[in-house]
Formats: sequence, structure tokens, C-alpha cells
Amino acid sequence: MSALRAVVAAVAVALALVLQVSVFGPLAWEGVVPNLCLLVVVAGALTRGPQFAMVLGFGAGLLLDLAPPADHVAGRWALALLLVGYLVGRVRPESRPTATTVVATVAAASFVGTSVFALSGVVLADPVLGVGETLSVLAVSLVWDVLLTPFVLPPLMALFRRLEPAHAL
Amino acid sequence: MALLDRVSTPRRTPGTPRGDQPGRPRRTRSLMARHERRERRWGAGPGGPGPGAEPQRASRSLLVALLLATASVTTLDLATGDSSPLDPVRGVLADTLGPAQSATTALVRPFTAVGGWFESNGSLREEVAALEAENSALRSELNTSAYDRNRLAEYDGLTSVASDLGYSLVPSRVVGVGPAQSFSSTVTIDAGTDAGVQPDMTVVNNDGLVGRVLSAGRSTATVLLLVDPESTVGARVGDSMEMGFLSGRGVIGDEGRLDLELVDDSSVPARADSVVTWGSDGGAPYLAGIPVGRVTKVYSSLRETAQRAVIDPYVDFGALDLVGVVVPTGTRSDRGVIGADGEIVGGGR
Repeated sequence: MSALRAVVAAVAVALALVLQVSVFGPLAWEGVVPNLCLLVVVAGALTRGPQFAMVLGFGAGLLLDLAPPADHVAGRWALALLLVGYLVGRVRPESRPTATTVVATVAAASFVGTSVFALSGVVLADPVLGVGETLSVLAVSLVWDVLLTPFVLPPLMALFRRLEPAHAL
Repeated sequence: MALLDRVSTPRRTPGTPRGDQPGRPRRTRSLMARHERRERRWGAGPGGPGPGAEPQRASRSLLVALLLATASVTTLDLATGDSSPLDPVRGVLADTLGPAQSATTALVRPFTAVGGWFESNGSLREEVAALEAENSALRSELNTSAYDRNRLAEYDGLTSVASDLGYSLVPSRVVGVGPAQSFSSTVTIDAGTDAGVQPDMTVVNNDGLVGRVLSAGRSTATVLLLVDPESTVGARVGDSMEMGFLSGRGVIGDEGRLDLELVDDSSVPARADSVVTWGSDGGAPYLAGIPVGRVTKVYSSLRETAQRAVIDPYVDFGALDLVGVVVPTGTRSDRGVIGADGEIVGGGR
């Protein structure tokens, strides 16, 4: 079960990355596309808790850092998504999350993830934009992520919940 | 426990209220109550104390472990610079995910073109009228200046001979766009080392300079766009031949502007002057004379002894599709290579 879960998670993340880069590339709004990898991590965290989500976030982040169009110092998205996985996993509700909870969680996760990525750029002296432009990117990506939540999160959460062993939760 | 057992004697019946028991010390009663409370709290937790505390500690240590892993990956990548040990991983990912990106883009290209269908009749009419006007203006210009045309043809011949000194174009399409959340402007193109593309080659499209190749996998390559904050291009103002350095601002889309820092602070570029590349040694990473954009604003500051001009690039970075990579003529490629005279050489597809 655990191996199957890992494979499914890896496939979901790879699919999210390819969709994010290739399908949403032409549809980008101000160059910003929905962060599907982040949505996968949030879905994993909401259904399976912090441990699974942290590993998932670390893997997805590394993939974002190293896969083709990326050109920043490796490890920045890994850090951002790892923290997102941890935080969402810690604050997730005990029972099945309601739609409002999910949307609010995604919004917070999107804000935290993109901010951590931007701040890591400042720390590592990678080129960054001005504060105003960074904030506008943050806002647009938050809107994108929330817009895609109803379409992406329910199937992903159902998928992760199905792969769950019976004793947990 | 022993104390509690001794005090709560079997004399006590379950139904009796506590106040009725004489001689029972107050302290012991409160101790007992606290004990009960604690037990109730522990029992009510999901799965008891063991399973509740264990994952929390485990998740915290996992968090620390993964944070350390992230830090080491970052350090590894940052400290080793150009010969990063992560480059093989990047190569493998480029070879596996690159073709996936190409395939996905090919699959969705018909759907992304749907937007064009909804342009209104009115806007299309306006566009046709504008184009017709421009066309007739150009045609009249062409007809009235036969002499110029002849001279231009001669120059054209000259330039094509000159540019035939060694470069061809590998055509390719953009299959992946880096998200703006990553704060860098890079794209994936579907030509790699198999097509003759190598790092540090110039990438152009029919409007002008697009950027340069950062890294090349077997079938895809990553291109650093001109508008990336990390990109710096040597450029000159076409009308005065003044030299300067062009750097991106990291903004894609309609206001994808570039900053041109002129070396000579006495020269002021005029509005709508065109800016071209000045070229690098050996034609890499940038060839000379490729159009980049036109001047829109000029700033001069007393503190910095240079002029700064804002350049509007000719290339629309928000809608990149077909691009060409400049390769040396005679490069072996898996597709047709466009020569300097527009002829397509070779081609396996």
C-alpha cells in the first residue's frame, strides 16, 4: 500500500508540473500560472497529515526546482512546499474538512508558499522583483489557486483518502 | 495510587453523596478528583497518549530532517556554481519531463487557440482596416522609391552574403513556460542537443531577440528570456551606435520592459530609437545586430554617471511560440535547419 501510495503521489506531482508548465503557460495571467504542485501538497496534507505532506512537498518542490524551465537555486521550492505541507498538516481539522475550510487553507497555503519562495530568494541573493511586483504576483497566484481549488482538490483528496490504510483517521 | 486505595475504603457505596462521608480528609478527595480528571482527559484523546504524542514528535523530527536536506541541496547547488552535482539530475529530468511537456503542448495547442475565435467582428474589421492602410502606405513608399528599392536590394544581397558567414537557425516551439511565482523568466523549447542546440546560443524569433540557451537536454532546452532579471545583454542604440547594457526586469506580459544603461552619459537616445545587440566574441551567447526593442523613456540621474533608458522589446514575451536557435552552419540536426538565405537544409521531420 505504501509503495503504491508513493507511486501515485509521484505521478500526481509530475502530472501537476507538466500541466502547470505546458497547459497553463499560454493561459498565464501576468505570467502567473496556478501552482498545481502546491495544490497536490495541500490535498495530501489535508487527507494524510503532516508527515506524508512534508515528504510530498519536499519531493514536489525539488521537482519544481530541477525540472526544465526552472533556473533558480535548487531547494527553494522544496523549502516552501515542505513548510506548506507541515503547516497545513498541523492545522488540518480532525473530521472531513468542509469546502470553506479547504478554500481558506489553499489561500493561506498559496500565500505562505509563494512568500517563502520569494523570501528565500532575498536570503540567497537570487534576483528578486520589487516589493510591489512581488505582492501582485502573490495576489494573482492566490486567486489562481483558489479558482482551481474546486476542480483539483476534491478528486485529489478522494484519491489520497482511498489510498489511506484503514486504521488512520 | 497506594494512598488513594487506602483512603477510599470499600465502605463507600456508589450512590452515597461525598459530603455524607465523615472523617474523609478534604485533601485526599481533591487528589482523587484530579486523578480522575486526568484519566478522563487521557482516555478521551483519539487513541490514547501513546499514538497522539508519537506522530507529533516523529513529524517534528521529519521536519528537521527535511529542512536539513533542503539546506544541503541549496548549499550544494549554490557553492559549486557552474559544475553543480545537481546538473545530472537536471539533465535526467529534462530528458524525461521535456518530451512530456512537448507532447502535452502539442495536445492542447488546438484548445489554446480557441481564444482567437471569440474576437469580435468589429475588432477584426478594425484590424483589417488598419492593416490595409499600412499596406497601402508601404506599397506607395515602395513604388515611389524604385531607386531606394534597388539600393536596398543590393544591401540585402550584401547582408545575406555577410550573414552567410556561418550561422543558421534551428526552428523550434515553446513547450513550457516557467511560472512567474518562481520570479525568473525561462521557457522550455522542443529542440535539444539532438537538434544541434547547445548552451549559450542565441534565440530569436521573427520580431527580434528572445534570449539565450541556458541548458540543453537531448530533446528540449531551457531558454533564459531577455526580460529575466538575471539576463544582461550588450546592446547599442542603432541611431547613434552608443553602447550600453540591457537588463531585464522580470516582468512578462504587456509591460515586459527592459532597462538600458548607457555607458556614455552625454548621449541621450531619442524616443523610438531602435536598440540592437552589439554581439559577443565568437557569436555566443549573443550575435551582433539583432533587433531588441525601441526606446520609450530616458532617465538620467546625477548620482549615477549613466543614462538609463527604458526599452520596449519587439518580441511579445507573453505569447512566445515559434523561435529559432542560432547555430553554426553545418550543424547536424534532427530537423530542417534554416540557412541564411532562407533555404531549409536537411530535415528529418
